[in-house]
Amino acid sequence: MASATEFSVPRSALTPALYRVVARGRETADVVTLWLESLDGERLSFRSGQFNMLSALGVGEVAVSVSGSPSDPGPLRHTVRDVGAVTHALCSCDVGDVIGVRGPFGTDWGVTGNATPHDTVVVAGGIGLAPLRGAVEELAAAQREGAGRVFVLVGAREPDQMVFLDDLAEWEKAGVVVLITVDRPAPGWSGRVGLVTTLLANAGFDARHCRVLICGPEIMMRFTARALNELGVDLASIWVSLERNMQCGLGWCGHCQLGPLLLCRDGPVVNYLEASALMNERER
Amino acid sequence: MSVGASVVLRVDDLATLITRLSELGYEVKGPVVRAGAIVSGALSGVGDLPKGVHDEQGPGEYRIAHGDDDHLFDWAVGPSGWKPEFFPPHDELWRARVGDGHVELVEIPDEPRPLAVVGARPCEAAALGVLDRVFIDGAHRDTRYVERRENAFVAVVECSSPAATCFCDSMSSGPNIEVGFDLALTELDDDDGHRFLARVGSVRALAALEGVAFVLASAVDFSARDAVLEGARRRMVRHLDVDGLAGVLARNLEHPRWAEVAERCLSCGNCTLVCPTCFCSDVRDATDLDGDVVRQRTWSSCFSVDHSYLHGGAVRPTTQSRYRQWMTHKLSSWWDQFDTTGCVGCGRCVAWCPVGIDLTEEAAAIVRFDGVTSVTRPSVRSHL
Repeated sequence: MASATEFSVPRSALTPALYRVVARGRETADVVTLWLESLDGERLSFRSGQFNMLSALGVGEVAVSVSGSPSDPGPLRHTVRDVGAVTHALCSCDVGDVIGVRGPFGTDWGVTGNATPHDTVVVAGGIGLAPLRGAVEELAAAQREGAGRVFVLVGAREPDQMVFLDDLAEWEKAGVVVLITVDRPAPGWSGRVGLVTTLLANAGFDARHCRVLICGPEIMMRFTARALNELGVDLASIWVSLERNMQCGLGWCGHCQLGPLLLCRDGPVVNYLEASALMNERER
Repeated sequence: MSVGASVVLRVDDLATLITRLSELGYEVKGPVVRAGAIVSGALSGVGDLPKGVHDEQGPGEYRIAHGDDDHLFDWAVGPSGWKPEFFPPHDELWRARVGDGHVELVEIPDEPRPLAVVGARPCEAAALGVLDRVFIDGAHRDTRYVERRENAFVAVVECSSPAATCFCDSMSSGPNIEVGFDLALTELDDDDGHRFLARVGSVRALAALEGVAFVLASAVDFSARDAVLEGARRRMVRHLDVDGLAGVLARNLEHPRWAEVAERCLSCGNCTLVCPTCFCSDVRDATDLDGDVVRQRTWSSCFSVDHSYLHGGAVRPTTQSRYRQWMTHKLSSWWDQFDTTGCVGCGRCVAWCPVGIDLTEEAAAIVRFDGVTSVTRPSVRSHL
């Protein structure tokens, strides 16, 4: 029997479209990239920084940022870290398996279709590079067309937790300034050791005229923004991607509240002027 | 007669109206007495309404009393409200059969009979308006909610007997109602007899009143209504000063009162269950032995630790942070998110809190010590 998707009309925003896993790649011990194609043949239109709700049928649904680029004509790309029941099921998918996809949801990095003559600095911590990967692809392409320079600064706890090593090499070849560091070295690591904030001062970007996109643990984003500010970067030029429990993506379930924000709707990408106070409040 | 007209219905006419709504295809529901409380239930006639029943409420207290009068709506609000009719506590959204390499996914239809509510309170109609902001007015419309809401007939009965927990007057959501109803009733009982002033709010109400005997309302009936509402306002002992409150709460997240209330709060979630505007839900999968998957949506509460779960743990692991989240959401961040209050002043959270925590008292305590962050707890308590 062919794969069938039947929907009553109108289709509820809580009903996913079905996608087949057409390729799968392991990034690190607990991070997997899935390439997905819609069973209906539809292409999902999104902007870099947005997320989808991915369903491992029978296990549940989680919010995962798109790790592909909007300009990539290939399959939809998601990079998932195995941290719970649903992400474990997603990471365990084989090629040919069918999962549910709803989206795209939320705010984006403001990069898609928005080239600037100024520098763009992308700062990622660990798996935080996944929601930024599409933006870097777009920025690198724009740089080739004469737009501003691109800097990609990545920190990982340990060398084997660094994702997208092939992409980092490609971007460097394409003229992007790529700097990576690890918190703790391991045998065979000859690169930098230190927090991602140690990369900022000597990266070479124009602190007075740049935009900065950050994704990583909240503490890493706070310290990065603080360090950037000390270098002269205006806080209003910094964007961060925030995370809370999300169960609908539609502004209905209430789980993703962060003070005045519903992060599925007003985030995940939030300007740091607004985010800073919220990130500094305990247990918010 | 047209929308905006006002008529007088006798109790017999109300009975005819209930029959008429049923004939029009509605499932008619209203307040009924069950298990020692006034709750929502099926109405087959006026006889099902809580005649002569009154409610006494206070922080952590609710009980009904039977009087010998024949008033049908001389009570405030019961625990259930009307939210469950429009936003079911448990809903099954779709079913999927997962086979070898193929999946069949079918939405589970939601086709209840259109609902007619006879006897919602003004605060409850206001609460539906608040839920509309969440489920209808945002970027995504919840089609299941929209359908239930659009098909429903809502007859509101204005409040004559607020409970000691009520503060709708402070929230501008009662005891009167001016918009957002199909039919607005006011129960009157004076020299002109026991009757209802009925204001027609929709074309649907005109259809419902066809064949119901009535007379057009006069100035006397409106004066009687004014007297009922004035009496209700006068009896409302609880108040919440909302002027500037959203801002005060937003800037007092480290106020010592949060720790103080957390010592009393059991984090049981009763307040969120009885609240007519709380809309949080969990979305989960259930599987049966055949391998079929059902995606379910179930009410959830910000008082549960799981509500804020992220990999690694909960964002709000303490009762203090969860109470703060609930109250600041109701009275402050709801405005940021939905441009309306999240509280309609029905007082249910006060009455049904097992330890009698009073939202109005907690808010006032923070306003009173606006900006305090480091005062030791005993000295704050001694001032309250």
